[in-house]
Amino acid sequence: MKMDAPTKKKVIIIPCSGIGKAFGSISRDATYEVTENLRKDTTQTLCLALLVSGDEDSIRLVRNNKCITVDGCPLQCAEKNLKLAGGKLAGSLRVVDAYKENRHLKPRSVTFLDPDGQQMALKLAERIAEKVDGLLEDQ
Amino acid sequence: MGEVQEKKVGIISCSGEDCVEGTISRVATRQALGKLRPNETVTICLPLFLAGGREEREFARDYPTITVDGCDKMCAKVATERYSGKPASTIVVTDVLKNLHCPKLSSRRKLNNEALAVAEKVAEKIAEEVDEVLRHWV
Repeated sequence: MKMDAPTKKKVIIIPCSGIGKAFGSISRDATYEVTENLRKDTTQTLCLALLVSGDEDSIRLVRNNKCITVDGCPLQCAEKNLKLAGGKLAGSLRVVDAYKENRHLKPRSVTFLDPDGQQMALKLAERIAEKVDGLLEDQ
Repeated sequence: MGEVQEKKVGIISCSGEDCVEGTISRVATRQALGKLRPNETVTICLPLFLAGGREEREFARDYPTITVDGCDKMCAKVATERYSGKPASTIVVTDVLKNLHCPKLSSRRKLNNEALAVAEKVAEKIAEEVDEVLRHWV
């Protein structure tokens, strides 16, 4: 009997992309650093707004794969919205925590990240990548 | 989002993470907000709005809004209609692109010059729509 090759599971990274402060932009940039560079073969992102709008493909994706949310502020909208969609929350990171650990960085610009914002995004991306590795080892 | 008492228009961008048009919607919204119409507009954080942010939903119910979506799924528009009411105007980046000469858009992370030019066009369109809304403010 021929068996189908198992579908390779990916970790879904979901940033809040909050638009009011630099922290939302950092969550977004860190997500791109992971999904396009650091762990591009094992991760992907999706549109948070599309997920919450009830898009069936997006809902299936977050229910069938482990997800990491990346939130800018303590309101944790990405995590809340993922839970509302019934997604598989496997990890939750916050930019505000990265900020506490790197107080010498003062990100200010929202539209395009300034050097401090870019640096914080890279630090956060490394944390996300470590989390991804941990989840894949457990799989 | 603090207390708002004067005439303000809320700009709600989809900020879609999965496509370059989502990034354009975000950059255009920030440009309209910060440069073109800083005194007439506020932005509403869509994730917070979707997660049940009371202030955000009340603002979108009581004040006119303009939604800026990356694609024809129009998530910002759909969410605004679902939770607060019909937006005063809707802008879709892919519609704006149809009227341009097929610019080669870059990655969704870092916009190239052509994508930035599209973002500027969208920002100008937002500003025009803001003026139109304010012109008809009762």
